[in-house]
Amino acid sequence: MASGKEIKGKIGSIKNTQKITSAMEMVAASKMKKAQDRMAHGRPYADNMLKVIGHIANGALEYRHPYLEEREVKRVGYIVISTDRGLCGGLNTNEFKRVTQDIKGWQEKDVEVAFAALGSKACAFFNRFGGNVMAAESGIGDKPSVSDIVGIVRVMINAFDNGELDRIYLVYNKFVNTMAQEPVINQLLPLPKSEDEALQHRWDYIYEPDPKPILEALMTRYIESQVYQGVVENAASEQAARMVAMKAATDNAGNLIDELQLVYNKARQAAITQEISEIVGGAAAV
Amino acid sequence: MAAMTVHLDVVSAEEQVFSGRVETIQVTGSEGELGIHPGHAPLITSLKPGMVRLVKQHGEEEMIYIAGGVLEVQPGTVTVLADTAVRAEDLDEQAAEEAKRRAEEHIANPGTDFDYAEAAVELAEAIAQLRLIRKLRK
Repeated sequence: MASGKEIKGKIGSIKNTQKITSAMEMVAASKMKKAQDRMAHGRPYADNMLKVIGHIANGALEYRHPYLEEREVKRVGYIVISTDRGLCGGLNTNEFKRVTQDIKGWQEKDVEVAFAALGSKACAFFNRFGGNVMAAESGIGDKPSVSDIVGIVRVMINAFDNGELDRIYLVYNKFVNTMAQEPVINQLLPLPKSEDEALQHRWDYIYEPDPKPILEALMTRYIESQVYQGVVENAASEQAARMVAMKAATDNAGNLIDELQLVYNKARQAAITQEISEIVGGAAAV
Repeated sequence: MAAMTVHLDVVSAEEQVFSGRVETIQVTGSEGELGIHPGHAPLITSLKPGMVRLVKQHGEEEMIYIAGGVLEVQPGTVTVLADTAVRAEDLDEQAAEEAKRRAEEHIANPGTDFDYAEAAVELAEAIAQLRLIRKLRK
């Protein structure tokens, strides 16, 4: 059996770790509040934008914007948004697993795959994973701004415009609630069609002024809003996942300390008993 | 009989400003003022800085200031995707007055790094805000 001093040392080191994890839990809880607010404010805009885009994709428009054309799929691009830091449970791992599954499906159909990684975990993963990483960006921080992410998105959009990519997906962790975050893969380009039955007939908009400038402006806003929303959702998911993971770690450390304390007490008691029996044995021998 | 209504969403990048059923909407499009009633044909247009005046289901009026954006009309729904949207009663007259003065000054004495387009947009926004504030007061 380990000596009393050894166990004491172990308990001390676990206590130190517990202090760190409980501090991280509290930091994540306060950051989550802010990240969640940011996400909630952006959601209506992104949702309504998606609705409008869904309508446009269904219409028989007089000006066919290149983003509306479904092309034969030879190469697909994934914009993968991940966290910059670890210690947030299985958040990133689940997301990457989802992406790899999806990619396998494409590779079976002989479709090439390219990536754009946003966040240092995604950068590291896709460098290891191999494949064509077209753009990588990390260190976005807690308060992402549209201008920070626009560069990496531009790379993918340009590739789409030049015909190097035929489809672009956006991957991030959707914030469902504090306990649940699910990785989602959304089609960014060409525009996803809404499944509204009422829109299936042939119709077109009245445009003021011309269709081209309006659609151009709308497309830029659409892509920016979707990617930005992905980034803020992912940030909220990160803080929530970290909070839950750190709470579990703190609880586990507590259990471990209790168990070790019991072992320590037993060891101490055994030492005392042994000493007494030695003294009694010694006295009897005199 | 209750008047015909259409569902309207006014959202800006920061928040949802209005969502509900309305009888009529009036907005400032890039080609001029537009009035939308229920049953309007599908329409898509860009918006200039200006106001959105809407009449809610029971005749109550509301004014919202927007700094440009896009309007989409579908048979059952109308969506305003605004760059910035502020409820008229939350507008700050002094700030708008100040912004207008600053923009005018910029245009009058152009510096070296002067951007005319940017200043013109600022001026248009400030004037639109002031006009809305005056209208609200009447």
